[in-house]
Amino acid sequence: MAEIIINARGLQCPGPIVQLFNQSKQAGSGDVIKIEVTDHGFTKDVQAWCKKTGNELVELLDQGGVIYATIRKC
Amino acid sequence: MANTTKKTIIMFSGELDKAMAGFIIANGAAAMGDDVTMFFTFWGLNVLRKSEKIPVKKGLMEAMFGWMMPRGATKLGLSKMNFGGMGAVMMKKIMKDKNVNTLPELVASAQAMGVKMVACTMSMDVMGLSKEELIDNLEYAGVASYLGEADEAGVNLFI
Repeated sequence: MAEIIINARGLQCPGPIVQLFNQSKQAGSGDVIKIEVTDHGFTKDVQAWCKKTGNELVELLDQGGVIYATIRKC
Repeated sequence: MANTTKKTIIMFSGELDKAMAGFIIANGAAAMGDDVTMFFTFWGLNVLRKSEKIPVKKGLMEAMFGWMMPRGATKLGLSKMNFGGMGAVMMKKIMKDKNVNTLPELVASAQAMGVKMVACTMSMDVMGLSKEELIDNLEYAGVASYLGEADEAGVNLFI
């Protein structure tokens, strides 16, 4: 199981989900993707993205203006 | 990807803000795993013009249209508060400072994610725009193709 880390800090919508999508295409089933985002909208967006694409949102944290999301590719 | 659905977007407007709205939605939808088709018609075709001048033989009216319309995604004005182009310059500066993708970046990103872009051939003819003047990797079609795709789409926007 690989772990992919994406630093999407500073990127505005739709940058973070575009990055997430592009990286998830490279990932295999069961791989974990960790992404760090400063765009506030991402908290809602990553939940919608996971629901739509059928991937699992393992963890979602908002610490000091940075959103940390952990996604497992299904 | 689970749940792949389709979105169609009609790009009718040739202003920076409206074109950005359309392309942000297109990029987002492609990132959600959707098939996306964008149809460019009337002023929307200007978004797809190459920025350099392409020598093409035209009639007087077509040539005049060509001179008066913005040549490509970097030359568009705003739909509100354009102030003869100053508004667009200021908006682009603000967006750059805030790290928002530029319109040409959004176009390139959409193409890289497989968003299909279709230019309306009737509008091209009316406005005197030839294939050589538009960016690469476009399809050329008419209203029937759009309707055929819109029937398959869950969301259809007119921008």
